[in-house]
Amino acid sequence: MIPLSYYLILSGVLFAIGMAGVLLRRNAVAVLLSVEIMLNSANLNFVAFSRYIAPEQASGQIFALFVMAVGAAEVAVGLALILMIYRNMQSVNLDQFNIFRW
Amino acid sequence: MDYLSLIVLLPVLSFILLVVFGKRLGDKSAYLSILAVGTAFGLSVKALLDVMGGARADLTFTWLTVGDLELTFGLLLDPLAGMMLVVVTFVSLLVQLFSVGYMHGDKRYGWFYACLSMFTASMLLLVFSPNFVQMYMAWEGVGLFSYLLVGFWFEKRSASNAAKKAFMVTRVGDLGFAIGLIILFLTAGTLDMSQVFAMKFAPETASLIAILFFFGAIGKSAQFPLHVWLPDAMEGPTPVSALIHAATMVAAGVYLVARAYPLFEQGPAAMEFVAIIGTITAFMAATIALTATDIKKILAYSTVSQLGYMMMGLGVGAFAAGTFHLMNHAFFKALLFLGAGSVIHAVHSQEIFDMGGLSRKMKITSLTFVIGGLALAGIPPFSGFWSKDEILLGAFDGGYMGIFAIGLLTALFTAFYTFRLIFVVFFGKARGHHADHVHESPAVMAVPLILLAVLALSTGLLGSPFTGYAYQSFILGGGFEHHTNYMVMGLSIGVAVLGIFGAWLKYSTNLLPSNVLSKNNIVYKLLVNNYYIDEIYEFTLVRPTHAIARYVLTFDQKVIDGAVNGVAKATARIGGGLKYVQTGYAQNYALVMVVSVVVLIIWSFRAMELF
Repeated sequence: MIPLSYYLILSGVLFAIGMAGVLLRRNAVAVLLSVEIMLNSANLNFVAFSRYIAPEQASGQIFALFVMAVGAAEVAVGLALILMIYRNMQSVNLDQFNIFRW
Repeated sequence: MDYLSLIVLLPVLSFILLVVFGKRLGDKSAYLSILAVGTAFGLSVKALLDVMGGARADLTFTWLTVGDLELTFGLLLDPLAGMMLVVVTFVSLLVQLFSVGYMHGDKRYGWFYACLSMFTASMLLLVFSPNFVQMYMAWEGVGLFSYLLVGFWFEKRSASNAAKKAFMVTRVGDLGFAIGLIILFLTAGTLDMSQVFAMKFAPETASLIAILFFFGAIGKSAQFPLHVWLPDAMEGPTPVSALIHAATMVAAGVYLVARAYPLFEQGPAAMEFVAIIGTITAFMAATIALTATDIKKILAYSTVSQLGYMMMGLGVGAFAAGTFHLMNHAFFKALLFLGAGSVIHAVHSQEIFDMGGLSRKMKITSLTFVIGGLALAGIPPFSGFWSKDEILLGAFDGGYMGIFAIGLLTALFTAFYTFRLIFVVFFGKARGHHADHVHESPAVMAVPLILLAVLALSTGLLGSPFTGYAYQSFILGGGFEHHTNYMVMGLSIGVAVLGIFGAWLKYSTNLLPSNVLSKNNIVYKLLVNNYYIDEIYEFTLVRPTHAIARYVLTFDQKVIDGAVNGVAKATARIGGGLKYVQTGYAQNYALVMVVSVVVLIIWSFRAMELF
């Protein structure tokens, strides 16, 4: 059986990739995708811990399902926002949007 | 006895209605107020008759409870309260009737009647008080509404100043009253009159509390040295002056002393203090009135002097005489003031040397005024004689020879200035610009004068041998033994006649060479300037207070406002520097968040010593 630490390392790598995407990508759609990667790395953690620490209960798996549902909702809202921004500004580049500054 | 509460509540109701609808009612507001106080008068008479029939009432209910202290509210009816009720409501009723004519066409007519109603209600509440807390509240109510009424024509600078002066000067005395209440509560544990009066105090304690109470009376009843507000209060409409001087406000102080008399009697020092202050006031005010030339100012100082007389009477132990004089004075002084109002209404001046020969054109006013003057001067059988004689007799019997002598001298001056006023205003040649247009006042003003004149003639008889000293036995609850001292009576009549004769000689004939009573001496200057008391206060109290106030103002503006403004300015400055953190780029914020979380994680791991 594959040791738990492998899953955790993979999850950490995915989280780091996602975070780098969130912080560094200009395209708002790509940022949204990166957020999804971060959510899924967390899901991977849930499932792995559930399997290795409390296999008789499925609580980790159920939690992962909830996270997916919330993530889907978030994507729906996020994409709608991005669509509106594009309509108004003809761009989805985050470094062009600083209307909320001082 | 349920109708007792109506006596207070009716004027209050009229006040509320007039405050709400006064503007809309306009000239009709008077009827509402007169109806209320008229009914209250009727009920007061019923109350008085009930008291005469032996009824007493002490209705109380708990108002609020603070710790061990239970404050009650209620109505106390005994002979003293019954007498005052009738006096207050009757004078108030006549003043309100008189005002229908006098205040005709004033733009704040409704408000005037609202204030009169509430003024009366406060005084009635004070008269009814079964405990000192309620009395103090009503006391302040009287003060407030006198302020509003004295300053009724507040567009006039002098009127608003006079109102402020009246309010602040009386406040000085009220402070003493308040301290007295606290000390009384700490020693007796209650402020309920019936309980307090049943207790036995050490003479020193009783004197201390009584003297502090008397401070309140000094302010309200315009005793020396706090009498300065009363002459200034003449700035108010004349009917208000009549009400303040006769039945309410100034009577409150005398009533307080009379009401707390059991307490005063336990402190001999307090009694002496009351007698001495009363005597000083009576004498000083009478001398000032000798030189005054403003008709209302003469009457104002005469009120101060007569109030001093009442205090003198109470102080020497002549309780019945003091309260008797309070009642008689209420009627004849209301008469004199309303008469003066009628004269001012006709002549449009208050200077007595602008008037003259008015008796030919204003028959009712002059006849009633002379009756009031005779009562004030103390000529039998007019009311003032009986009570003044009783007070002098009290001083004589008590062995206070100095007070007795000054009292006689004051009576002489009183007769002199009263008839100086009468001879100058009503007799002799006509003077002034308005002499041709003088006319008698309308019936609504004349009728109150006639009613009051009848009372000025008759109320004194209640305390005379002809009715078997009915008043004294009534107020003392029976058992009054009177002995007549013809020497005192003779002296009292003698000085009054002498005063009138002197006034006649000086102001109505040419028999005296004109240099008698000349104006070029220091005594005249002292008197005409009211002993410079206002000036002394100006230099010793008012100016220093203003100077201190200016320093305090500077401190307030520079230091306290500076601190507040400094905090605001510093906040703005710091905010101005920090605002550049807000770049508006979402990813910047995310980066800050991530870095912060990483720092927190490292920090907490260090704290847990994980690495």
